[in-house]
Amino acid sequence: MSLVETSIQTSETPLGRDDLARLVARDIKPGSFVNLGIGQPTLVSNYLVPEQNITLHTENGMLGMGPVATGDQIDEDLINAGKIPVTELPGASYFHHADSFAIMRGGHLDICVLGAFQVSATGDLANWHTGAPDAIPAVGGAMDLATGAKDVFVMMTLLTREGASKIVEACTYPLTGVGCVTRVYTDKAVFLTGPEGVRVRETFGCTLEELQALVPVPLTAAPAVEQ
Amino acid sequence: MLNFVDTVGEAVAAVKDGSTVMIGGFGNAGQPFELIDALLDSGATDLTVVNNNAGQGDQGLALLIKEGRVRKMICSFPRQSDSWHFDAKYKAGEIELELVPQGNLAERIRAAGAGIGGFFTPTGYGTMLAEGKETRIIDGRGQVFETPIHADVALIKALKADRVGNLVYRKTARNFGPIMAAAAKHTVVQVSEIVPTGGLDPENIVTPGIYVNSIVRIDSSGAAAAGNAEQVA
Repeated sequence: MSLVETSIQTSETPLGRDDLARLVARDIKPGSFVNLGIGQPTLVSNYLVPEQNITLHTENGMLGMGPVATGDQIDEDLINAGKIPVTELPGASYFHHADSFAIMRGGHLDICVLGAFQVSATGDLANWHTGAPDAIPAVGGAMDLATGAKDVFVMMTLLTREGASKIVEACTYPLTGVGCVTRVYTDKAVFLTGPEGVRVRETFGCTLEELQALVPVPLTAAPAVEQ
Repeated sequence: MLNFVDTVGEAVAAVKDGSTVMIGGFGNAGQPFELIDALLDSGATDLTVVNNNAGQGDQGLALLIKEGRVRKMICSFPRQSDSWHFDAKYKAGEIELELVPQGNLAERIRAAGAGIGGFFTPTGYGTMLAEGKETRIIDGRGQVFETPIHADVALIKALKADRVGNLVYRKTARNFGPIMAAAAKHTVVQVSEIVPTGGLDPENIVTPGIYVNSIVRIDSSGAAAAGNAEQVA
């Protein structure tokens, strides 16, 4: 493990949810087909710009999803995965559920952005079930997205309310997918996960050493070429 | 054999005690509320219901569950902010739950309609939802064997039918309709409009009439619901 101090601290303070969403949006390559999960990942759509030419997929059978519907635009036959009324953009298409999940499972989506309870050092994802005995399990499309998209980005706070790191050696919550996460965007840092272990692309409001003190897995600085 | 019926009661008469019933819809979009209400009135019980969710609020499938008519739910996402009737039955141990990742649910339904005996999928591999299932490494990836979900009856909603049962849908209300129509032995459709044969462009038909058994027209079905946002959970 080498904690080489580099200039990867890109913000003097931790990032808020909107700043993080703006960063994820900026990192999505032009022309990508993207699925944004329910909750925090939905914020990313606020920061995509038309020049990026991003096509949004929603699991309930649509490509070319537009912004949330308001006023007269609201149509109960046109909703997103979170069951919120949305709009359609020119070039949109509709398809049935088996086709929609074939789009995911078949590897046709470039990126999905998901929330998480925990991500392991090897990119395992836990985001659907706490495993508590009295919890009613509900999985939806999370497992399909996690295994299907070419890149799985996670957006979450680094620490739980109790101060525990959500990046862990091995997930203690039930898994959503094995070795599927490629990147983790948190308020304190952006992590790259993969066979080479957990690498830190940039930090926000902390140094790599300070970050390492919070995260119980070895961290290395990502090579500059990936920054 | 295709029948056009005048009442929702006739339309759902094919559902018997102990039937497996697929119900279309994702949230409220595409949910055949009038057919579900008729099923509630019919008294059929001990049902296995296949739907993405397990009922919302105090309508449709939620009421069927509340009345104790559903023995088992096969779904991907039962827990919602307004799924109190399912939640209560589940916590009381009065309803069985088969939780299926949404894409596996869709593909298992599709497989039934397509005569496929099962398939291997990477979805769920290494998770508790794959426990006890056959697995293989295919193309370097762990995959789980999943089997088809058949049904006695499907209740779905489409926008229009013609006189030979061809269907078109509306926007994201299509969702599970086409695959459920193919997977069930008997498919019942509520539509907002019935047009003469030839009135639908053959290039645009989504569900061919061969999958459809019974059609009933409901005035409000598929209508754009401007100002109806409070019904969208």
